[in-house]
Amino acid sequence: MSASTTEIAASEKPATKRKSRFSLHTRRDKVMLALLLGIPAAIHIFFVWVPALLSVVLSFARWDGISDIRWVGVQNYEQIATIYPPFWPAVAHNFIWLGFFLLIATPFGMFLAVQLDKELAGSRFYQNAFYLPVVLSLALVGFIWQLIYSPDEGLINNLIGRTDPENLIDWLGNPSINLYMILIAASWRHVGYVMILYLAGLKSVDPSLKEAAAIDGATDRQTFFKVVFPVLRPINLVILVITIIESLRAFDIVYVTNGGTNGLELLSTAVTNNIIGEASRIGFGSAIAVILLVLSLGIIIPYLFRTFRAEAKEA
Amino acid sequence: MAKSETPNESGGPRITRRSLIKGAAAGGGLLVMPSLLAACGDDAADTTTTAAAGATETTEAAMALAGTTVSVGSNASDELTKNAYGAMFSRFEEISGATLDINTVDHNTFQEQINTYLQGQPQEVFTWFAGYRMQFFADKGLATPITDVWDASLTSNYKPGFKQASTGLDGEQYFVPFITYPWALFYRKSVWEENGYTVPTTMDEWVAVCQAMEADGMVPIAFGDLDGWPAMGTFDYFNMRVNGYQYHVDLMAHREKWDDPRTKEVFAAWKDMLPYHQPGALGRTWQEAAQTCAAGDAGMYLLGMFVGEQFQEYSQEARDDLDFFAFPEINPDFGQDSVDAPIDGFMLSKTAPDNIEGAKALAAFIGTGEAQDYYTAANSNWLATADDADTSGYTSLQNKALELIGSVDNIAQFLDRDTRPDFASTVVLPSIQDWLNDPENIDGITASMEEQAEAIFATDQ
Repeated sequence: MSASTTEIAASEKPATKRKSRFSLHTRRDKVMLALLLGIPAAIHIFFVWVPALLSVVLSFARWDGISDIRWVGVQNYEQIATIYPPFWPAVAHNFIWLGFFLLIATPFGMFLAVQLDKELAGSRFYQNAFYLPVVLSLALVGFIWQLIYSPDEGLINNLIGRTDPENLIDWLGNPSINLYMILIAASWRHVGYVMILYLAGLKSVDPSLKEAAAIDGATDRQTFFKVVFPVLRPINLVILVITIIESLRAFDIVYVTNGGTNGLELLSTAVTNNIIGEASRIGFGSAIAVILLVLSLGIIIPYLFRTFRAEAKEA
Repeated sequence: MAKSETPNESGGPRITRRSLIKGAAAGGGLLVMPSLLAACGDDAADTTTTAAAGATETTEAAMALAGTTVSVGSNASDELTKNAYGAMFSRFEEISGATLDINTVDHNTFQEQINTYLQGQPQEVFTWFAGYRMQFFADKGLATPITDVWDASLTSNYKPGFKQASTGLDGEQYFVPFITYPWALFYRKSVWEENGYTVPTTMDEWVAVCQAMEADGMVPIAFGDLDGWPAMGTFDYFNMRVNGYQYHVDLMAHREKWDDPRTKEVFAAWKDMLPYHQPGALGRTWQEAAQTCAAGDAGMYLLGMFVGEQFQEYSQEARDDLDFFAFPEINPDFGQDSVDAPIDGFMLSKTAPDNIEGAKALAAFIGTGEAQDYYTAANSNWLATADDADTSGYTSLQNKALELIGSVDNIAQFLDRDTRPDFASTVVLPSIQDWLNDPENIDGITASMEEQAEAIFATDQ
């Protein structure tokens, strides 16, 4: 390492002509590097950043997808905040979703992983049972849980005998509870996902660490929180990022349930309802999308910055 | 960010210049095509009117189209519909000599991508809906008028209501009606007979039946609005019964206001009937609501005639037992003079001029009873729209529906087909759901709807 640095340093002193001869990279290397970095970068910019920027541009316009684009300034944002009733509930629901996943679903998945890591009898069976929902798409999960929550034919109401018109519980139609019912359904899948990721992490922890902790007289609890959890820092980070992403992109399960209305408003469904379909409100929908983008960046970027800085310090 | 994907439909083979010239040369023969095509029908159900047409012209017209291709974009994605359409299309190929290049896309996908589809390279003929949704694309120059086809053969084969529903804002026709079905209050005959309920025609009678049903331990009116759109049908009927068809049309076009006292009256009338509706509607799909009616737990159900599918699923007995009555009268000025009867049919896209003769010949054929019979024979929840359709195989329910549609002065297309689709789905749908949660709040809901309507309809100016 140090040898090559001195080499470069040495090569920089003489005339620039000779510089390339002493470079670590041949011309071929440079071309390859440019291609290998350039192509993915171009694809990324073209398919991610250009559409994102176009969305930002369109959010200041009024456009039905057919007629001429009319520039209206911040009118879309103004209307979203003032006269568009689904907007504020949607923002609130996205945060509730994030909170529920961060505080309940994800910790529960980790808890299951820790339990299963103890090699209990039949742990393979539990592992499969918890993991099974993960292979189902969220849309399908939505359909399955509709069968459970349905007011007349649903499993729960029939089990507890609340199917009479006078006393039935409207799990999916009552806007004060339906979001939590959907969150339970979404968690059913999310918990399995987190569990399997964390279990993989736990298996990689050197058993001698746990043994050492046990010899030092640590309880199970102390072993996990003081020894295992800090060791699993990279996995924790992955799980946290996944949880945040899953919460912000929540869409499918709500969309198949009722299209994102009546207590189940989300920013993602608001975007879709305004943009997809005939005679679209593309500018209006783009403005909601931009708000979602800003919220996502606002949550993710500071966190990643902090984490990677901490990581760099440790290294 | 979340943009709709561009549709993946292929443009279909281009028409060669020679076939185009050949088609154009036969232009004179075209106008007689439709009636001749009808005359070709092998079961010759009702073709007496056109029987006089000469056979030589048939072959001439057919030869002119031979070797040409007409492309068709179809949303008939479910098995049953696809097969019925397929049979109809093969019959057209047989008698015209033209080849049809049919591209079938999933029903909902077709609908969601219609905007980009029609602006790209759409097929020459495509499946679509009558009313505002047709007018919108016609107005944007994305459709080709077929007024000459109407003048030549369709006008005489359709009730005036259908022609009205096929006419664009500029007075030209852009649409060929294919099939339709009415919305009404469906019920099980045997249940009503057993309990001695009589079909109501006025509000008072309706309330009396509902009260009798409650006394018998039944939910009077089944109701499911998880998906949001079924309640639009209920709103339509209350609106047309309270304020009449014209007010419905004007309100949908936002020429009348949502916070108008007349609109509030619609909600008020509905509110009076809400106690008789099945509770928990916002968590129930229309299928489940239909099942409770099929099972006899609920007395009646306001929905389109496709509700028959659910009765069929429940049992053949329930299906055979199915009957309906028209929504009762509220305001004597309007009686029961309007019906919600969405019409599915076909339009010619902006690419139709590529093989205009072929496309128009197909449009004319679709407007015959012979073509529509292929569909109604396969699916008894729908009705043919052409006068010369064969109704001899209709079930009694189909005949009754036909009578209902034929007897009213006005045919509405259903709320989300009679207004801007973005307004229907993003404003009306959630607003009605909010109101169902809080029926007292008529003023708040209508004020919010009006605010949003002003913002959305302002785009048109």
